[in-house]
Amino acid sequence: MTFLAAEPNEQIAQISNYLIYSAMAVYTLAFFAYIAEWTFGSRSKVARTAAALTADDKAKDAPVPAQAGVAVQVKDGSGGTAVLEKPAAPKVVTRSAAGKRGDLPDGPGAAGGDQQGDMYGRIAISLTVLAFALHAAGVLTRSLSVQRAPWANMYEFSTAFSMVIVAGYLGFLIAKKNVRWIGLPLVTTVLLDLGLAVTVLYTDSSQLVPALHSYWLWIHVSLAIICGALFYLGFVGSVLYLFRDSYETHLMNGRTPGKVRTSIMERLPSASSLDKFAYRINAAVFPFWTFTIVAGAIWAGDAWGRYWGWDPKEVWSFITWVAFAAYLHARATAGWKGRKAAYLALFAFACFLFNYYGVNILFNGKHSYAGV
Amino acid sequence: MSTTGSDVGTGETDTAREGQEPPESRESRDSRETREATSQLSTAPAEERLNVPSLGVLGWLRWFWRQLTSMRVALILLFLLSLGAIPGSVIPQTSVDAVKVDRFREQHETLAPIYDKLQLFDVYTSVWFSAIYILLFISLVGCIVPRTWQFVGQLRARPPRAPRRLDRMPAYTTWRTRAEPEKVLEAARGLLDGKRFRTQVKDGAVSSEKGYLREAGNLLFHIALIVMLLAFAAGQLWKSDGGKLIVQGDGFSNTLTQYDDFKSGSLFTPDDLDSFGFRLKDFDADYEEDGPNKGTATDFSAYVSYWKGSGGKEKDTTIKVNEPLHVGNTKVFLIAHAYAPVVTVKDGKGNVAYKGPVPFLQQDANLTSSGVVKVTDYVDAKGRKDQLGFQGFFVPDFAPGTGTMFSRSPNPNNPSLFLTAYHGNLGVDGGPAQNVYQLNTENMKKFKGKDGSPFAKRLEPGNTMTLPNGAGSLKFDGIKQWANFQIVHQVGNGWALGGALTAIVGLAGSLFIQRRRVWVRAVTGSDGRTVVEMAGLGRSESAHLPGEIGSLALAMQEAAPAETAPERPAPTDETATDADEAPAEDSATDHPDDPAEPADPAEPAEGAGT
Ligand code: HEM
Repeated sequence: MTFLAAEPNEQIAQISNYLIYSAMAVYTLAFFAYIAEWTFGSRSKVARTAAALTADDKAKDAPVPAQAGVAVQVKDGSGGTAVLEKPAAPKVVTRSAAGKRGDLPDGPGAAGGDQQGDMYGRIAISLTVLAFALHAAGVLTRSLSVQRAPWANMYEFSTAFSMVIVAGYLGFLIAKKNVRWIGLPLVTTVLLDLGLAVTVLYTDSSQLVPALHSYWLWIHVSLAIICGALFYLGFVGSVLYLFRDSYETHLMNGRTPGKVRTSIMERLPSASSLDKFAYRINAAVFPFWTFTIVAGAIWAGDAWGRYWGWDPKEVWSFITWVAFAAYLHARATAGWKGRKAAYLALFAFACFLFNYYGVNILFNGKHSYAGV
Repeated sequence: MSTTGSDVGTGETDTAREGQEPPESRESRDSRETREATSQLSTAPAEERLNVPSLGVLGWLRWFWRQLTSMRVALILLFLLSLGAIPGSVIPQTSVDAVKVDRFREQHETLAPIYDKLQLFDVYTSVWFSAIYILLFISLVGCIVPRTWQFVGQLRARPPRAPRRLDRMPAYTTWRTRAEPEKVLEAARGLLDGKRFRTQVKDGAVSSEKGYLREAGNLLFHIALIVMLLAFAAGQLWKSDGGKLIVQGDGFSNTLTQYDDFKSGSLFTPDDLDSFGFRLKDFDADYEEDGPNKGTATDFSAYVSYWKGSGGKEKDTTIKVNEPLHVGNTKVFLIAHAYAPVVTVKDGKGNVAYKGPVPFLQQDANLTSSGVVKVTDYVDAKGRKDQLGFQGFFVPDFAPGTGTMFSRSPNPNNPSLFLTAYHGNLGVDGGPAQNVYQLNTENMKKFKGKDGSPFAKRLEPGNTMTLPNGAGSLKFDGIKQWANFQIVHQVGNGWALGGALTAIVGLAGSLFIQRRRVWVRAVTGSDGRTVVEMAGLGRSESAHLPGEIGSLALAMQEAAPAETAPERPAPTDETATDADEAPAEDSATDHPDDPAEPADPAEPAEGAGT
């Protein structure tokens, strides 16, 4: 009756556990390396934001003569200009309408231009890569041990979730995006998540109940994990935006923020960059999140006899979806830009988290076979 | 909707005014031009101030309508809808689990009536939840209809003329060339046409626009939402949902009387039932045979043959947990399964009083099941009319000698039937409807064995239990399987799915496509060379726009090669001097009605900030 291959292979499952523990050890080392990066970076005394706010616009980033014969002008809100470098292409000068503050320069990153700090930062990234490799191998072997998608209970979901978070981060790094500032909060979260997974949420590898035997398990759940991981990156962007924004407002009002605050905030990207980062991620992920829910509804239609039945998981997916939709609308509405919209984004992500932890643990719905 | 965008007509006199100074000040003209250039780049409704109307009832109604269809209120309603959905996930819902609601009512005697008043046990059908839902729906329609008209207008309109000061646009480039202005413009138009911009040449400049699909996508998305909401409502109103237990070999035809239990939506009529039937031919269940999850089901298959209409041809198919049978708007789901012992009961005269399978209901994961056999048509040894009842357990895998009656596994390795026999009045004739799976022993007596203890016996297939005093017998012939099916009829599923998928496509369009305008102007400069200016403007601030302008400019070099590189682009100095008149801010403060939102950084195509 049963086919042999479907039985969980305890040995491989054990290897998977060792891999996850090793990954956690290396993430911990990376965590300390990121701390070292921030610490050494505090030696640099850059205060570019304040300088930029007071500087004469004329002095700022005048366009450089074009090599290809054409310069393209890029304007910013305060009327200042910046130049978009495009090797061997015409130069475009752009003018943005970023608001009264204009485009403030981005901070130099955690290392703050400090050589030693930068070295530690690089070490931290290398360690993150290594930890990720172990982590991914752990997820893969878990999948091999049960011969199915490795995300059918909360333990598996959590390990896969933080794996995708790190993958997203490394992906952005490879694409040469300015995201090194996420490193520390990211590794902290990953450690927390894995810590929870191996202690509270751990479940032995096992076969699935018939309702989970479906290719929708691959589509619906993997998409949910990917969306959640990317929403998390957007969430970090929104949180840091709020800090950095209040710091910039502080400076605008002519006050002098504390030394530690200045040191940290100066190394982060500008509020408008952080905001843009968060928005782009959230907007890009939103259609996929929508599809995740639709896929879930199709699956529910086949497994449970109705595509929508206000099961707690469905309710909270819907709430999360509406919250992100409200955030996107808020961005298009004059009075809701900036901080208010960012709070909405935080609320939306909180809903996502609750939909995962809260609903699985507190409520007893049809999704409960996910198992704690 | 705002009318600001369409007054492009005033621009007609610009060329005439060239050189001479205002009626209108330079700055205000510049910012007006900027507004014109950005006009109609979107159909987002204008944000209006909350100024209270003074005009009687009609004024109030108009005011109310405007508020309802504004983005701000839509936002608030959306937010309320998600808040309103929360209690439904915390408090047990009748629609999800009625038993749980009853238990909650017993446990919270003070709270329950309050919840009842607030309809908190039926959040998703409550008056207040429906009110939010319907208001949002109206808001959505009220928003989409004018936006669609506006968009159709925009599709027919030509791209707006080039603003006089192109260097004020978000992305700008300029160069000098020996090519004739006309040639340059012709080349520019050709280039832009080739890139699928809509173009027009007017007053020595090419105006062009691209990315209308963004707006189309956005409208499509919102319309798809309406379709989904309607499909969802229709699905609820015409829904029917019933259960049927079928023993191996038996059949079902889809009429109201055949159901074991049945629920339906408020507009459902029995005529809505799809005409079909099916027969359960065989059932197969696979279980994990060893390992830590021994006994866990891995697969269930119900082999059925079904027919459409009355007397349609029978076709074989398999119904599994994730694979219901589809017939018309009806789906047949496999919900549960267990065993039905087949018994033959003979009466006191030796005649067969009952013969057939009796479904026993599952009590645990190993299918230890309980059930009853009711024999209504029975006479005792003396020929007196009486009734028989047997109550007991069926255990598919009995473990002899362990003292437990629980099954070791769901597989029928050692099937056993434990029955206690009764006689008397079953209470099935008249009176309230009875549960067929329970024995009402109120008016019944247990048969007694020789020692006076209740008469009970364990039977294996083939065994017979002979009742005392020639009262008859029960033979355990064998076992069959039964399966429970849920038969759901729901309309509009296709519409809901189509709406959902269309919504995603529209959403992707509206989020990833950038609507933008590009202008190219070529005039003869003071040195006799042609000055080419190119500028771009997006619906929102875009990281791609400057790149696009850059590559367009590069492509233009073939037709209009750059002469010498100027030290710095000519207009930059000027820009720096009037640095304080950032046009976007002007429009934001002076013209709240302006539909354009040039500061919206809705440009998610890239994953990360710069
Ligand atoms: C069920 C309710 C609604 C949902 C779930 C919803 C969802 C969305 C989403 C996800 C977007 C994002 C696309 C983007 O940012 O470009 C959007 C855009 C938009 N929505 Fe809605 N919407 C709803 C109701 C409304 C209503 C009632 C209005 C009219 C007042 C409205 C007007 C708009 C407009 C104008 C945009 C485009 C914003 C822009 O131009 O960027 N929506 N909507």
